[in-house]
Amino acid sequence: MSWEVVIGLEVHCQINTDTKAFCGCSTAFGAEPNTQTCPVCLGMPGQLPVLNALAVDKTILTGLAIDAQINLESKFDRKNYFYPDLPKGYQISQFTIPLVEHGHIDITTKGRGDRRIGITRIHMEEDAGKSMHEGLDAVSHIDLNRSGIPLMEIVSEPDMRSSDEAIAYLKNLHQLIRFLGVSGADMEKGQFRCDANISVRRPGEPFGTRTEMKNMNSFRFIKQAIDYEVMRQIEVIEDGGKVIQESRLWDSVKNESRSMRGKEEANDYRYFPEPDLPPLRVSQERVDAIKAGMPELPHQLRERFEKEFGLSAYDADVLTQTRELSNWYEALVAAHPADPKRCANWMANELLGRLKELNKDIEHSPVSPEAFGKLMDRMGDNTISGKIAKDVLDAMIESGKDADTIIEEKGLKQVTDTGSIDAMIQEILDANQGQVEAYRGGKDKLFGFFVGQVMKASKGKANPAVVNQRLKELLKG
Amino acid sequence: MDIDVQKVAMLARIRLTDDEAAELGPQLSEILGYVDQLAAVNTDGIKPTAHPHDAAMPLRANVVTNGNQRDALQAVAPKTESGLYVVPKVIE
Repeated sequence: MSWEVVIGLEVHCQINTDTKAFCGCSTAFGAEPNTQTCPVCLGMPGQLPVLNALAVDKTILTGLAIDAQINLESKFDRKNYFYPDLPKGYQISQFTIPLVEHGHIDITTKGRGDRRIGITRIHMEEDAGKSMHEGLDAVSHIDLNRSGIPLMEIVSEPDMRSSDEAIAYLKNLHQLIRFLGVSGADMEKGQFRCDANISVRRPGEPFGTRTEMKNMNSFRFIKQAIDYEVMRQIEVIEDGGKVIQESRLWDSVKNESRSMRGKEEANDYRYFPEPDLPPLRVSQERVDAIKAGMPELPHQLRERFEKEFGLSAYDADVLTQTRELSNWYEALVAAHPADPKRCANWMANELLGRLKELNKDIEHSPVSPEAFGKLMDRMGDNTISGKIAKDVLDAMIESGKDADTIIEEKGLKQVTDTGSIDAMIQEILDANQGQVEAYRGGKDKLFGFFVGQVMKASKGKANPAVVNQRLKELLKG
Repeated sequence: MDIDVQKVAMLARIRLTDDEAAELGPQLSEILGYVDQLAAVNTDGIKPTAHPHDAAMPLRANVVTNGNQRDALQAVAPKTESGLYVVPKVIE
């Protein structure tokens, strides 16, 4: 009998404000340790928190983008636990009434079609500091610059049925967050962190006991960790054992998870209302104003690219992965409006491939959309062939020169006049009498050989269409 | 009401001897019993109170107002090294 996997995800996402959630300290990444702290985020007695208005707005914007309900009155609670990177001894969070509830994200799955993944809630909270243990003997080091940075915790329903669906959900959420500009969402910097609740059951039965997998900071590790945990749980049950509800830590070096038992037992957070903060009230007018400023969302952009520029679903998807990519593409189409599909093909296949090799993002492309558009123009007006264009692109990336200069300097202009092409063909035919005989005797496949020889002789500059046409003619003899 | 005094003490990081726990148990139960009287009040149709103060939360503009105060703030720390707080080893 088969097993059904049930996955729910919690994403902690740093909101990209200039200052922390409850104080005026900078959130800039990479500062010297403990230089961005104050009595509020250090939990000194008597200090009072005051919530950052922009963090509220960005959480509301995210809620609106997932079609959620915005609670015009929400409240904050204290989540109590002891850890050295949490100087107050509690985290200010939203427990009973979060700012955002009942949203969803749509994903496309392999095998189960389009699925709607429910989002239970998005609540606001503050980040903890950072503990460092490596290379230290009897002590740990604490940096509290991160303490108090605003977070959104985005909690999904247990709606995913495989690690692939979990990754599809996370990627869509990650893309949405980036498009909204509410978070840097850089996973390596810990700005987008994921915990997974995982259980298995026989289809149709109630949910099994779940475990929570923590500490996963890349899509690859999340998939590995979920697959590992699913296998582990199935083995436990098939061996006659029982899954214990616990938190487990993913070790991406050993490729295995281990129990955090003990710590989990102590987790009794004793939530109670945060007495330092009255309820958060937002007006419907404020929500409406935020909604009015909503940027174009990834799925809207994809649809527009397909409709407006006639792109395939695949190309539209590739070119809308990030706002930077879609902006670059639109700038390219503005520079070469004649053929948006050519732009898409060349950007997706040729430019992005080369940038990947150079380990560069589109924002750091050595070729501008305008310069790339010129290259498209030269193909469009038959100055160069597609094959030569690839060489020109390489040269543009290497030298920073524009397409016209390179075509001129290297003499790459396509040869289209039949006179000179006929001369080249005749030379090839004269030098390959044997093959000409064979071709005329019925070996049609040799045609490709002749095309290749002519193109080679012209150093790729002969217009392939003209070569084809003239070769057919001249081979008739 | 019976409560696990040692568990509550552990969560609060307070070390109690068994004698102290035995003495505190009935006292805590009594306090909870006293608070329990509230359960007798009929709250049908009453909105839960989030905060005794019926005021909305004031918000702060997203503007940096604090600079580097590390030296002053770390002056009261028991131990620091290279700008980091030093604490007994935390093992996960």
